[in-house]
Amino acid sequence: MICIMTGLTLMGGLLFLYPVFVAENRQNALNANKRLVKELRLTDLCLFTEARYTRHPSQADLHSAFQDHPMAFEHFPSGSLMLPPQFIHSLVSEEIQ
Amino acid sequence: MQWISRQSYFLDYALSSLLRRKWKNFSLIFIYGLIIFMISSVLFFSEAIRKEAEFILEDAPPIIVQRILAGRHELIPETYMTQIQEIRGIYKVTPRLWGYYYHPASKANYTIMVGNNGPQNDDEITIGNGVLRTWGTISDNQLFFKAYDGETIVLNITDTLDATAELVSSDLILVSESTFRRLFGVPEGFSTDFEVHIRNLSECPVIADKIVRILPDTRPILKEEIERTYASLFDWRSGYIIVLLSGAVLAFFIFAWDKATGLSAEEKAEIGILKALGWDTSDILLLKFWEGIAICFTAFVPAVIGAYIHVFLASAPLFEHALKGWSILYPEFQLNPHINAYQLGVVFALTVLPYTLITIIPAWRVSTTDPDTVMRQF
Repeated sequence: MICIMTGLTLMGGLLFLYPVFVAENRQNALNANKRLVKELRLTDLCLFTEARYTRHPSQADLHSAFQDHPMAFEHFPSGSLMLPPQFIHSLVSEEIQ
Repeated sequence: MQWISRQSYFLDYALSSLLRRKWKNFSLIFIYGLIIFMISSVLFFSEAIRKEAEFILEDAPPIIVQRILAGRHELIPETYMTQIQEIRGIYKVTPRLWGYYYHPASKANYTIMVGNNGPQNDDEITIGNGVLRTWGTISDNQLFFKAYDGETIVLNITDTLDATAELVSSDLILVSESTFRRLFGVPEGFSTDFEVHIRNLSECPVIADKIVRILPDTRPILKEEIERTYASLFDWRSGYIIVLLSGAVLAFFIFAWDKATGLSAEEKAEIGILKALGWDTSDILLLKFWEGIAICFTAFVPAVIGAYIHVFLASAPLFEHALKGWSILYPEFQLNPHINAYQLGVVFALTVLPYTLITIIPAWRVSTTDPDTVMRQF
């Protein structure tokens, strides 16, 4: 049991060393992304391409999640992973008070 | 020294006691490990992607100015540029042209842009790697587009964007300005938005305020806001991730509580015998503490190692479905390994501490009863 625990601890320690070995490669990839952001004047990460407010969260107007019709619900799944703007929470709590 | 050897005897006894009930403890460690694995994966993933976004978007435009019409983003007339340029502190205003193109064959949305170093000729395009993977109808390095008026436009792929930069460029298609206007019907003299360059970046909020005063139908987006969007986008402390995880954690603690409160007759008798042999209540508690630590440690270390491999070496395949959402096109990228003591501390505090507390209380209740009564029950 103690041997297993020691082995696991050693393996955990090795994982802390892993970033050092891959640092150069990963830094190159990060720099390539950063270079492209500067060159093409990009503003967002390409993570969710299904709707404009998920592809460019920082550029979307505040109504774009509910764009289909008045009182529309936001319906793309990635919307549930993204947070609403912080000030909405404070507005709601003020209203409750 | 004496204290250490005393603790090592306790640990030795605790381990042998755990091994006597190995199947019960193995199932506990397995479920416990699974919970820690999920929590750590979420933490590692969200922190790593937040760090990457922070680094990558450092060079994003300082201010973007959009025109808003009836609450929606609208094309901005280039005549606005001269008014913005007159504001002191601004040294350059550049129009940006970009939009979305839905390709019915691949059922995916692509971002079409006029890039700084994009193609010079009107029939040429530069594409991101995700486009190559998903477009579906590429023939002879040509892509077919349907323009706003129904006309078919054929464009030749002359270059692809850096494959290592897929996180920002996977769905990009770079075209020349006239091709962009022909494709979407954007009239001359209009742009999607403006990029505003400022001499002193600390003046951004003041300049944004001046822009809105001069042009009330515009909305300036500061780089700070872009950074904030990404800081909160994958914040594990709120949102559905933590709601879903808290359900799983609660279920586990109910399971652990049930296991611990329902100490088996055998375990109760063991405590009774130990007390009859002269063990104090504090000794029993210490033994139970070491048992708890051994279980936590055996679950915690492999689970954290597993989460690390899952997120940083295997690119988080378990989260892929949730992250992809309805996206057809998803970038292939590997996250930069990044763990700090704070993250590990959070996982530890969320999982190990409550478990240790939960298991110690029932043991204390049994150990304070008279050993004779406990043994009689057995």
